[in-house]
Amino acid sequence: MSADLLIVFYAMIGGAIRVSTPFLFVALGECLTEKSGRINLGLEGNLILGAMVAYAVSYNNGSPWLGVLAAGGAGVVLGAAHGWICKLPKVNDIAVGLAFMSLGTGLAFFFGKPYIQPSAPRLASLPMGGWSQNPQVQQALQVNPLFFVGIVLAVVLWWALRNTRAGLTVRMVGDSAASARAMGININTVRLLATAAGGFLAGVGGAFLSLSYPGSWNEGLSSGQGLMAVALVIFARWNPLRCVLAALLFGAAGALGPSLQAIGVTYGYHFFNAAPYILTLGIMVASARSKSAAQEAPRELSIVK
Amino acid sequence: MMTEAAPLRTRALSLTTEGITKSFGPMRALDDVSVQVGAGSFHALLGENGAGKSTLVKCVMGFYQADAGAVLLDGTRMALPSPRAAQAQGIGMVYQHFTLVPCLTAAENLVMARADAPAVLNWRAETRALEAFMDRMPFRVRLGAQVADLSAGEKQKLEILKLLYLDQRFLILDEPTSVMTPGEADEVLTLLRGMAERREITVLMISHKFREVKAFCDSFTVLRRGQVTGGGDAQTASVAEMSRMMIGETTLRERAARQDRVAAQPRLSLQDVSAVDETGRHVVERVSLGIGAGEIVGIAGVSGNGQSALVEVLSGQRPMTGGHMTVDGAPFSPRRADFDRFKVFGLPEEPLRNAVVPRMSVAENLAFRRFDKPPLAGRLGLISPARLRAEGDALIRRYNVKTRSADAPVETLSGGNVQRTVLARELSGDVDVLIVANPCFGLDFASVAEIRAQIMDQRNRGAAVLLISEDLDEILELADRIAVMSEGRLGPATAVEDTDRAEIGRRMGGH
Repeated sequence: MSADLLIVFYAMIGGAIRVSTPFLFVALGECLTEKSGRINLGLEGNLILGAMVAYAVSYNNGSPWLGVLAAGGAGVVLGAAHGWICKLPKVNDIAVGLAFMSLGTGLAFFFGKPYIQPSAPRLASLPMGGWSQNPQVQQALQVNPLFFVGIVLAVVLWWALRNTRAGLTVRMVGDSAASARAMGININTVRLLATAAGGFLAGVGGAFLSLSYPGSWNEGLSSGQGLMAVALVIFARWNPLRCVLAALLFGAAGALGPSLQAIGVTYGYHFFNAAPYILTLGIMVASARSKSAAQEAPRELSIVK
Repeated sequence: MMTEAAPLRTRALSLTTEGITKSFGPMRALDDVSVQVGAGSFHALLGENGAGKSTLVKCVMGFYQADAGAVLLDGTRMALPSPRAAQAQGIGMVYQHFTLVPCLTAAENLVMARADAPAVLNWRAETRALEAFMDRMPFRVRLGAQVADLSAGEKQKLEILKLLYLDQRFLILDEPTSVMTPGEADEVLTLLRGMAERREITVLMISHKFREVKAFCDSFTVLRRGQVTGGGDAQTASVAEMSRMMIGETTLRERAARQDRVAAQPRLSLQDVSAVDETGRHVVERVSLGIGAGEIVGIAGVSGNGQSALVEVLSGQRPMTGGHMTVDGAPFSPRRADFDRFKVFGLPEEPLRNAVVPRMSVAENLAFRRFDKPPLAGRLGLISPARLRAEGDALIRRYNVKTRSADAPVETLSGGNVQRTVLARELSGDVDVLIVANPCFGLDFASVAEIRAQIMDQRNRGAAVLLISEDLDEILELADRIAVMSEGRLGPATAVEDTDRAEIGRRMGGH
């Protein structure tokens, strides 16, 4: 039994690392966007479109990294469009986000049909488990470089939000639009750029889905991870470093179902697979009651006002 | 940016406006306004609400472009197309609302206010420079504190520091002391006056507190309905003269007539009432108070010390976390049934937000208390629109509400008429308990007099009145007893004859 538990443990570590990467990218993108005072619920669309574009480009050009960039590009387009529409008067960013979720998903399904069958070159993983003789450990520590890129990005974002003019400008715009305007800052431009950059990150997260894990393109690929990442940002209280921890937690929860299945636990398979969703729900309830979350939320967010 | 600790030369700017005229549609907000503010003076701009003070300074600041006229800085005509341009000339303004970013620290706010903030900030060097700057300043604010955690008075100080940090030498202050305790206000104004006397800065202060004008200003200009109605030396002009310039030839209000009250059991009684804000902080802490029939108890305090939260508790907008309330000895909870049963009525602050539904009609808003009871509602609980409207028309006439018709949305009315609508609804029946919060905020003289008379009338007819106001003069005029609220706690209520302004001011600061 203890060997089984160890297997579950390794699988969850590996799962936390693998499954967390798209969560992390979308969460960082959403974190940046929300820091500027806007919510982009459409990042689920970015994620799926990014996955499709990355897969298609990788298939057609043979370069998965080009696919990653293309996915980011597609994300920028969606994010910038969201940012541009939201600056029109009396537009609600949440409604626009929902529309963009459908748009991104629809575009991906429409253009992605021909790519469901063929196999595209995938991103190579780095074997980080060479020090261990245990094949399970080696298997768990097949880490995709994008995971490290995500962690570095989180640190950079955390640092930039407090030590650069651009970072402080984003926070000012997100916390007090009137003050930012009084300083001559064009808040719409800042938000547009933040949303576009957030869209880029979400697109890259999508590339991970189709080019690394699970590593193929189909229409059920994301299963709502983009939306969960939005909840994750609230849980992380708009702190990029806490986004990393939250993403790992979500990743581990997502790996619970498959790893239990690996040791032959057959009952409750769907229940364990639903772990991340239950976690999301629990976190939403908990953070809705959390007073510190209420205090750290950017004050310009439409849900906070 | 900063002139490095250089001896501050005669750097104060003089500013003159020449015949500034500004219209908004058919309304002429400023009509040929000429004001002279000499270098190094502390000039007061006086006027009632809507007299054009804000419009004038916004023209100077470049928010508005005047239709005619010019702004001269040190005798030179200046084009001020934007606030940025005004700031570049050394003109800075402290607004009534804060322009600080709550999630940033004081230091971050100061550095980001600079036009030349570097792309990557070296916090060690910035902090050292800011400390050096603070050492030269007459008052300090904790640099590392998040602005959200600063008190209103500290924020106001930081706003002023920000202007000095940006090297602005002509400061426009828009009612800077409204959020400060009298002590804080005196401190800040004394220091600014000192800087002006040393000719480091020039100050133009919008105010309608004569006391501050007499104590700190050397010259003044009065605006009334967009025109200059007077000005001169603030030290020689008398308060009566200034107020005559402000309000025209109407007489100043007397202290409202009152009949002696009959000693009685407290009608409204609060015991250990507590409440928390959204973040769980105690904003009302164990407040106990009794108000007798035919008595007005005034609660004074600097805004943001829990007065609004207390009113929200009493009107059922905020849950009570502890304590209990009684009316005539019977337990009272702030719900509609109890409001009716105990005849509890209220005039909350910001009536457009707290007392009316802005988009519903005047008649509907007037009927909120009674629309579901006879005679407005029929036997099946169906409302009769005709009766509701007739009732509305009658109240509109009786309370002199100026509206297009009873069907006009209440948001189309002026501030004074919105307040009259609420007054008509709340005071037209029998009133046993009346809860009033800042009833005259932002209203013109005529409305103020009328509303205060109505409140006094209710008292004389035997209502227990709780008056919460940030305007100390209003409380001194109306109240029988005065208590001071500070940081959520309520001090003892003392008879108005046994206290004075200085004593109240001290208690407002929490001493």
